[in-house]
Amino acid sequence: MGPAPGRPDPRRAALYGSQAAGTGPPGMTARILEFGEELRGEGVAVGTSELLDAFAVLGLVSWTEKSRFREALAATLAKSPEARRTFELVFDRFFFRAAELAAVNEGIREHGASGPDGSDGQADDPAGAGDQDGEGELDSELIRQMVAEALRDGDEARMRDLARLAIAAFGRAGDGSGVVGVDVQRIRRALGLKAEPHSDLPPDDPRAEGLPREAIRTFEAMLRRELEREQIERTRALPAARPLNELDRALPSGPLQDLAAVHRVVVQLKRRLKTQGQESRGRKRRSAVDVRRTMRASLETGGVPVQLKYKPNRPRRPEIYVLCDVSTSVTSASVFFLSVLHALHDSFRRMRSFVFIERISEVTDVFATERDFRKVSAAIARDAGVADISGYTDYGRVWNEFAALVEDDLHPRATVIVLGDARTNGRDPKAAVFGQIAANAGRTFWLNPEPRLYWNYGDSVIASYEQYCEAHECWTTDQLEEFVKALTQPIR
Amino acid sequence: MPVSPASPADVATGLRATGYLPGESTALVSYLAARLGKPILVEGPAGVGKTELAKALATYLERPLVRLQCYEGLDEAKALYEWNYRKQLLRIQAEQTDAGWDKVQDDIFGEEFLLARPLLQAIAAEEPVVLLIDEIDKTDQEFEAMLLELLSDFQVSIPELGTVASTTHPVVLLTSNNSRELTEALKRRCLYLWLDYPALEHELEIVRLHTPALPDLVAAKLVELVALIRALDVKKPPSIAESIDWARTLLLLGAQDIDHELFRQTISVIVKHRTDLDIVLERVGAKLVVGQPAG
Repeated sequence: MGPAPGRPDPRRAALYGSQAAGTGPPGMTARILEFGEELRGEGVAVGTSELLDAFAVLGLVSWTEKSRFREALAATLAKSPEARRTFELVFDRFFFRAAELAAVNEGIREHGASGPDGSDGQADDPAGAGDQDGEGELDSELIRQMVAEALRDGDEARMRDLARLAIAAFGRAGDGSGVVGVDVQRIRRALGLKAEPHSDLPPDDPRAEGLPREAIRTFEAMLRRELEREQIERTRALPAARPLNELDRALPSGPLQDLAAVHRVVVQLKRRLKTQGQESRGRKRRSAVDVRRTMRASLETGGVPVQLKYKPNRPRRPEIYVLCDVSTSVTSASVFFLSVLHALHDSFRRMRSFVFIERISEVTDVFATERDFRKVSAAIARDAGVADISGYTDYGRVWNEFAALVEDDLHPRATVIVLGDARTNGRDPKAAVFGQIAANAGRTFWLNPEPRLYWNYGDSVIASYEQYCEAHECWTTDQLEEFVKALTQPIR
Repeated sequence: MPVSPASPADVATGLRATGYLPGESTALVSYLAARLGKPILVEGPAGVGKTELAKALATYLERPLVRLQCYEGLDEAKALYEWNYRKQLLRIQAEQTDAGWDKVQDDIFGEEFLLARPLLQAIAAEEPVVLLIDEIDKTDQEFEAMLLELLSDFQVSIPELGTVASTTHPVVLLTSNNSRELTEALKRRCLYLWLDYPALEHELEIVRLHTPALPDLVAAKLVELVALIRALDVKKPPSIAESIDWARTLLLLGAQDIDHELFRQTISVIVKHRTDLDIVLERVGAKLVVGQPAG
């Protein structure tokens, strides 16, 4: 094993080629260590034993077979579906940089000299960009046809070649925006690649039926890669590597989020939360002896109670009041959170949910009749519309109304959960009323769908509420899961 | 004599011969596990053939399969070993008159009084075995901790007897439905394999392998329908075994095509929830009518 990479700045240490050629062990070893370091930087738990396994595996699998090399590394380094997804992204980025860094160091450029492609399986296409080079007049309609056909057939090799051709045809011409993502979308539009069927095209056109979504996504990734390669060539330096964005893991924030994906998260959460807590429910840990079962078991040993049977621990079944802000900034997170809680409704003794913007309205019944996330969303948007006059949250008024609504019901065994960004739009927060509610309830939680960094900036007044309750940040599904776990934890 | 694979392709061919069609990563990881002697942790949704993989591996490697089905509350007395206290009692009573305490005490903690449960069986086996620890996520964390010694060193410590180390190296598979996060310590000792529902062509191949007599058109349509149903938000997506069952059903009925009527009649083979049935008939069944002007 080589020396551990320098630690002053873990992100930089993780970059490809950060170990100078002379210092570390040569070749693959250093690369794998760097790769492991980069995975750690993205939050994948890679231990020394995982790295040792990776080396052991590489003894059996040749690094020249790309897909096997990738699978073998994945089997040893990425040990959960989430880690696997991160692995794929990092793998692509890491070894893409590897090829490009080699090219920059050697001073190889694509035009004229042969490219550095061999290393990542990219074949130079003699009929493609190589001899056209953006100069000659390309038949754009023909390219559209060819791309669409390749996508329909799922022919990856051809798609890769055509990606360069498409950039040559549509991507340059001086109007490149300089932002890779924008250029990719522009080229995609220019090519007319859509998943929806086109009725106005002739039926033999591959686009008439609509193209497979998967293929379009793959093609976009190829375009992105080609554009990045060009950028690197132009600037003769690698762009700064940036960590993967948190988007995949963040709670839905816009109304156009993929509802199916949201629902999958809910299902997964529900299953996990159902099974959690069992470890403390089973047959152990400080609990009372169950006399009947003990006596019954003692019959086996001639009436001598050899084995004591215990009463199982019952999980805590809290009574819950949820208040969710559904003003535009946090509406998706709120609906999502409510769906999760209602999916788990049998873990709670009783549950009442309210949504509010300027005023408050109860939506418990909506969830009682509707299970479908989409419909719940629509129903809440409708119901909350009634309570919405100016569209600005008025926390002070909400507390007053809530206190009036549930005054008699609140008791020390009730739990109040508020989800909102605590942005009062300059109105009176009336923290004292909130404090009164918190005092009447047993436990009070505040979930803020904004990262803690933004708390108390601008019109956020979370600090004045935080003195009465436990405030959690809650903008990823992980944080949400942790919170719901804590909520349903059995009493010890 | 147990087989020792020489390459991932070997494993793929071998598994294929037993009637299990592995994906590329499945074959590769199985190969690595057999060569490196590391356990495999197989995760994936229910019904993608995790348990089948273990059985197929056992057949291919010509090793006996030792299976431990996990459930909540499983403890080492049921998984590892237990002292046969009835026999111990009998032994003590039979000796009551003569024989000193020391002799009896030595005796009753001998191998004769040990009941080997699956894990100990796998370790102590004369010839190499495939050990399947099924649905490890159903047990509690303490049980996982108990497995650690076994998985890394292939040995079991019995306080009264000493350490039983394996003479042969078992191939170990652990399966999990991912219903709870397994501990890092356990994952660290395993290779990881994520099995998902197979791609269309792959599943078609599987169905063909099991029902070669089914007409091509029906098989292709069946696979597409199953994929459609899995894409819906149903309580229990159909497993691979269920698509095979459905293929067999259709074969038995002599179907030449899947139309709306046949779909409605046989759908219960793959969809097993009342609410799911409604959703599937509404969403997928409707599509069939469009395709079938007569139906």
